[in-house]
Amino acid sequence: MIELLRRLGRGAIGFFERLGRAHLFLARVLWGLGELYSRPGLVVAQLWSLGVLSLLIILVSGLFVGMVLGLQGYNTLVDFGAEESLGVLVALSLVRELGPVVSALLFAGRAGSALTAEIGLMKATEQLAGMEMMAVDPLRRVAGPRFLAGWLSLPLLAAIFSAMGVLGGYFVGVGLLGVDDGAFWSQMQSKVDLRDDVLNGVIKSIVFGFVVTWIAVFEGYDCVPTSEGVGRATTRTVVHSALAVLGLDFVLTALMFNEG
Amino acid sequence: MNARKRAKPKAAPPADDALVVIRGLAFYRGERAIFDGVDLTIPRGRVTAIMGPSGSGKTTLLKLIGGQLRPDAGTIEVDGQDVHRLSRDGLYALRKRMGMLFQSGALLTDLDVFENVAYPLREHTGLPEAIIRDIVLMKLEAVGLRGARKLGARELSGGMARRVALARAIALDPMMILYDEPFTGQDPISLATLVKLIRELNDIIGLTSVVVSHDVAETAAIADYVYVLSGARVVGKGTPAALARTRSRWVRQFMEGLPDGPVPFHYPASDYVEDLMAGEEG
Repeated sequence: MIELLRRLGRGAIGFFERLGRAHLFLARVLWGLGELYSRPGLVVAQLWSLGVLSLLIILVSGLFVGMVLGLQGYNTLVDFGAEESLGVLVALSLVRELGPVVSALLFAGRAGSALTAEIGLMKATEQLAGMEMMAVDPLRRVAGPRFLAGWLSLPLLAAIFSAMGVLGGYFVGVGLLGVDDGAFWSQMQSKVDLRDDVLNGVIKSIVFGFVVTWIAVFEGYDCVPTSEGVGRATTRTVVHSALAVLGLDFVLTALMFNEG
Repeated sequence: MNARKRAKPKAAPPADDALVVIRGLAFYRGERAIFDGVDLTIPRGRVTAIMGPSGSGKTTLLKLIGGQLRPDAGTIEVDGQDVHRLSRDGLYALRKRMGMLFQSGALLTDLDVFENVAYPLREHTGLPEAIIRDIVLMKLEAVGLRGARKLGARELSGGMARRVALARAIALDPMMILYDEPFTGQDPISLATLVKLIRELNDIIGLTSVVVSHDVAETAAIADYVYVLSGARVVGKGTPAALARTRSRWVRQFMEGLPDGPVPFHYPASDYVEDLMAGEEG
């Protein structure tokens, strides 16, 4: 019993210690972001590797998610003779929920894991220690640009995901199932609100981008510098990011769309 | 081999010309003492070797000197500055005057050889590109790799990677270079090259060199002064010739490569027979 309590206590202390380290890490990264104004090339390179190289999976996934939404939505709406509202259903589902959430999950799996592995390997091969000994702060040169680029990339990727999803829904609904073309777009235009729907979706993806990239960069920086340690850190990035995104999605949805 | 023959250790340094002064150093990992009351002086302009068996804290000592680790007790002064009382900016200013050669080379793998050597110059100087190019080529020429400047860091052999790392370490013309196990895993040609470079760079550029190693012959060939670490303390010190004559059992075991002695062959364990008789309990 005492041993159990001891383990629980040790686990709790370890958890809070790590949480504290993660927040100190974040504060130091944010503090150093100002320097990047004079080194935009560092951020642009990371925007390429985190954002542009994630485009393919975002485009393809967005298209398929939109196509599935079109199929499922049509089958439900047609029973009520409301298939012309398919555009609204697809668009609202994407910009409010699926766009930000699925993009964040894909981003965590594709770019987040790569970030953790890259920084973890830099730590394992003493590249970070080498930078420190050259009087170069790796938090500013390695973590900062990656954090900013990841944070900026996700909202853009989520917007692209949603746009592709709407196109996917259009191909299936209008192209294959015969929904009226004009009704599809005009209902979407009249029912989707820029502030309540699109802006809230963008806010979600900004929050998700911040959290996912923070987790990914911190896990890499804080990992045990061995192959096993980097592997574990990469797994933690994907798991913790997914949990954080889904948990935060519930909180943000409750705050944004709770009209009761 | 010729390089080793050319390497002539200098006489013992005067005590007042110290670049690094370590007093009462204590450092623990958990309950285990890595250093317990270590005093050590590294003279300016000489090659000082820190030797000792694996796990004796040699690399840790370099990290303590470079301010990457903080001691539990004691002080480390580099060029009159207490490393662990410096602000972050002060520490970084000091590090610009130190170079460190990591065991792995620690080259930035996304950059080529030229860019790796240029990296500290680009970070810390506002020099025009033409001058950076000239400096990089001079540093690469010094380590014999000017012709390899376009190779990627991943394309280098272990020995070449260390030579590039050495060129990078001297890019800012530091006062001191810390070498972490520079000879480990090198073929005889690379090894002889590194031995030659460490000694020649020290003498020509007027560096202070701290070489951490457990390669006795190579290190003794170029060192002016040697400290032997074991069991969390300094167990021997002196010129290589003096250490070769010492009666200390610790030093003799290490210098002669004896498998058993003060550093036991067996890791501490319970009684062998009792352990075998314990069946599956243990």
